[in-house]
Amino acid sequence: MEFKAFLIKYAEIGIKGKNRYMFEDALIRQMKFALRDVGDFAVHKQLGRVFAEAKSDFDFEEAVEALKRVFGITGICPVIIEEDKEFDHLAEVCCQFMDEQYPDKNKTFKVYGRRADKRYPMNSMEFSAEMGSRILDKFPEFKVDVHHPDILLTIEIRDRVYIYSDVIKGPGGMPVGTNGKAMLCLSGGIDSPVAGYMIAKRGVRIDATYFHAPPYTSERAKQKVVDLAKKVAKYAGPIHLHVVNFTDIQLAIYEKCPHDELTIIMRRYMMKIAEHFAKEGGSLALITGESIGQVASQTIHNLAITNEVCTIPVFRPCIGMDKQEIVDIAEQIDTYETSIQPFEDCCTIFVAKHPVTKGNLKVIKHSEEALNDIIDDLMKKAIDTVEVIRIDA
Amino acid sequence: MEAYFDNGATTKVFPQVKDIMIEAMELDYGNPSSMHMKGVRAEQYIKDSREVIARSLKVEPKEIIFTSGGTESNNMALIGSAMAHIRRGRHIISTRIEHASVYNPLFYLEEQGFEITWLPVDDHGIVQLDALKAAIRPDTILVSIMHVNNEIGAVQPIAEIGEIIKKANRNIIFHVDAIQGYGKYHIYPKRWKIDLLSVSGHKIHGPKGIGFLYRKDKIKIHPLILGGGQQKGMRSGTENVPGIAGLGMAAKLIYEDHDKKMLHIRTLKDHFIEEAMKLSDVRNNSGEAPHIASISFKGVRSEVLLHALEEKGVYVSSGSACSSNKPAISGTLKAIGLTKEYYDSTLRFSFCVFNTIEEVDYAIACLKELLPMLRRFTRR
Repeated sequence: MEFKAFLIKYAEIGIKGKNRYMFEDALIRQMKFALRDVGDFAVHKQLGRVFAEAKSDFDFEEAVEALKRVFGITGICPVIIEEDKEFDHLAEVCCQFMDEQYPDKNKTFKVYGRRADKRYPMNSMEFSAEMGSRILDKFPEFKVDVHHPDILLTIEIRDRVYIYSDVIKGPGGMPVGTNGKAMLCLSGGIDSPVAGYMIAKRGVRIDATYFHAPPYTSERAKQKVVDLAKKVAKYAGPIHLHVVNFTDIQLAIYEKCPHDELTIIMRRYMMKIAEHFAKEGGSLALITGESIGQVASQTIHNLAITNEVCTIPVFRPCIGMDKQEIVDIAEQIDTYETSIQPFEDCCTIFVAKHPVTKGNLKVIKHSEEALNDIIDDLMKKAIDTVEVIRIDA
Repeated sequence: MEAYFDNGATTKVFPQVKDIMIEAMELDYGNPSSMHMKGVRAEQYIKDSREVIARSLKVEPKEIIFTSGGTESNNMALIGSAMAHIRRGRHIISTRIEHASVYNPLFYLEEQGFEITWLPVDDHGIVQLDALKAAIRPDTILVSIMHVNNEIGAVQPIAEIGEIIKKANRNIIFHVDAIQGYGKYHIYPKRWKIDLLSVSGHKIHGPKGIGFLYRKDKIKIHPLILGGGQQKGMRSGTENVPGIAGLGMAAKLIYEDHDKKMLHIRTLKDHFIEEAMKLSDVRNNSGEAPHIASISFKGVRSEVLLHALEEKGVYVSSGSACSSNKPAISGTLKAIGLTKEYYDSTLRFSFCVFNTIEEVDYAIACLKELLPMLRRFTRR
C-alpha cells in the first residue's frame, strides 16, 4: 500500500469570504511550483480540501520536503484514495493500512469517519464504530481511546474515499502571491536570506537587489548570492535578482566623504537604488536583514538615518532577533552553509576601523553634499547597467 | 584581448591530447583488464603512455604508476613509503616551502608518530645543503623535497641533494615533488638518485584527474588504494584510459623541441619581469623556473588587483598560498622573508607555450593603467 496522494491542510485565517479562492489558487500554484521536479502531480481543490495526486512515480520523502516549503500549508497528510466505497472492501483496506503503517500495535487509536456524501448508507457515527471494531477484530493488540488516541484514523467519504492518519507539520504562513511583492536587499551574509524567507512566509513575493563592487568583490562572491537567492526561491518562488555595480559610487564616497561615515552614506545610496528597482518592478516595500545593534551601521541611530532616504516601508523581520536566533533559521532553511563561505570581500579595505555609531542626520547630509556634482550620474549609471538574473530555485 | 597567465594552476590541453582522449572514449572504450580484443586495445594506450613517459625520464616503463594526479602521487609516495619502512625509523625530512599535498600527508604522518624536520630556505627559496646534511639522522627513512616551487619558481638543486642523501645513507628514500618541474626540465631520476617522483598531467597540457608516480624498482611502498589489483597491485581501480592516453600524448609533445619551447616561455617570463620592474613599488620574488614570475605590488591587495586584471581578460593567481595556520609551514613567501605588506600584495604570473609576447605587453599595459588607480583606494 503506497501513498499516491497528499491531502493538504491550511490555516483558516485570512481565507474568509472573497479572499478564499485567491488564497487557495495561490496555494495550488505554489504547490505545483514546489512539486514540479518531484514528479507529475495533479493539484486541485475540492470542497474545502486541496489535494496533490501523483500521476507518475515519485519519491515520497522528496515530495514531503517540497511541500514543507510551501507557505500556507499547516499539515501534509499522506492519503490513500479508494474508488470502491463498499464497506467490507473499505474495512479490508483500513486493516491493511493500520497493519502496514503501525508494525508496533501496542498503541491506542480512534476511527474518525466523515460522511460528506450523504447518500452513503451509514452515518458517520455508525461508520466509525463499525470500522473500529473491524480493526480490533483483526488486531486485538490495538486499544481504542476516543479522547487521546495515538493514532487518529481519518476516513472521509466523498466522491471517493480518503484514508489517512498521519499529519506532517507544514511551514504555516500564507501562500506566496497573496500579499503582493517586496524587494529584498540581499548580501552574501547570514541575515538577509533569513529576512527574505520570513517575509515570503507572509505570502509576499520577493525580488532582490545585490550590490557588488568589482574588482573589490569577486565573481565567486556574486555566485554565492545567486546560490543564496536559489535557496530562498525554494520557498518564495521565482526571484528577479538585480545585480548592481556599486564600485564607482563606493569609490566616490571614499574619496569625498569622511571615512568614518562611509558605511552609513553607502547604505543610504544602496537603499535609494533598491527602492528604484522596487518601484520599477511593482514591489511595495523593501526588506533588509538588519538587527538592532548587530554592527556599527545597525545602531538605532544609524538605522534611522538609513531609513530616512526611503519613501516606501522597509521591513526588517530580524530587527529584534539575536544572531543565534537568525542562525537557527538560516540552518533550518539551509542558507547558513552558503552564507559562511569565505570569499574574500575586499570591500573591507574601505571600512573604517572606528565607524560612526551614533550618526547625526544633519552631519551626514552635509557630508553627502560633497557628492552633489557627480552622484546623479553615478546613480544613473549604476541603475542603467544593472544585470537582472531570474532565479528559479 | 585575453591573456591566460595562470599556467601554474592548470593548462589548456594540446589539441592532440583532446583527439587521443576522444579516440579512447569513443573507439577503444574497453576495460584494459578485459580478456577480449576491446580490452587489449585499451591496454595498448596504457602501454604506449608508460613507454613515452619512461623514455622522458630515462627509466623503465614498469617503474611508472598512474594515479589520479599530483596530490595522489604525493600521498602515495609519502604515506606509502613511510608505512612500508616504519621499522627502520620514524624520521622524515622535508622543507618549509612544500605544496599542501606534501605537507598535509606529512602532518598526518606526524600524528601517526613520525617526526618531521622542516628545512628552512634562503631568501631565494633554496634549501640550505648544510642544513640538510645536519638534519640527517640514523633513523631518517625519507626525504621529500620539491623540484620547482609553485609559488615563486625556485628550483632546488635536486642532483646535489640526491648525492648528499645517498652518501649519508643509501637506504633513505628520496622523494621529489616534480609537479611544477616535469615538462619544464629534463629530469633524470637514476642520475639524480631519486627514488620516488610525483607528476601531474594537467600542468603539462594534459588532462586533469591523471598523473603518475615514478617508483624506482625494488623500492617498497604500501599501496593506498586497494581493490582489483590493477597496476601490479600498486594502485587498484580500472585505469583511467582516456586520461592516461592524454597524459602520454602531453608528455610526448612537451618534450618535443623542448629547448625551443622552454626558450619561448623563458623569453616571455624575462620580458614580463623586465617590464614589470619598471613600475613603481614592485618587488620581484621569481626563482629560476622558466614559467613562473612572482611579483609583489606594494600597497595593493593581491585579490583586488587579480580581479581588476580579470576584468581586462588577464588571468593570474594571487601569489601567497599561506592559508595554512600550522606553524611549521609558513608559505613560500613568508619563508623567503617577505614582510606582510608584500606577501598580501603578490601575484603569480605563470606562462606556457601558447602565450605570446603581445599578451605579455598587454598585461603590462593593464598593470600600468590599474596600479595608480588601485593605489589611490587603499585602507586608511
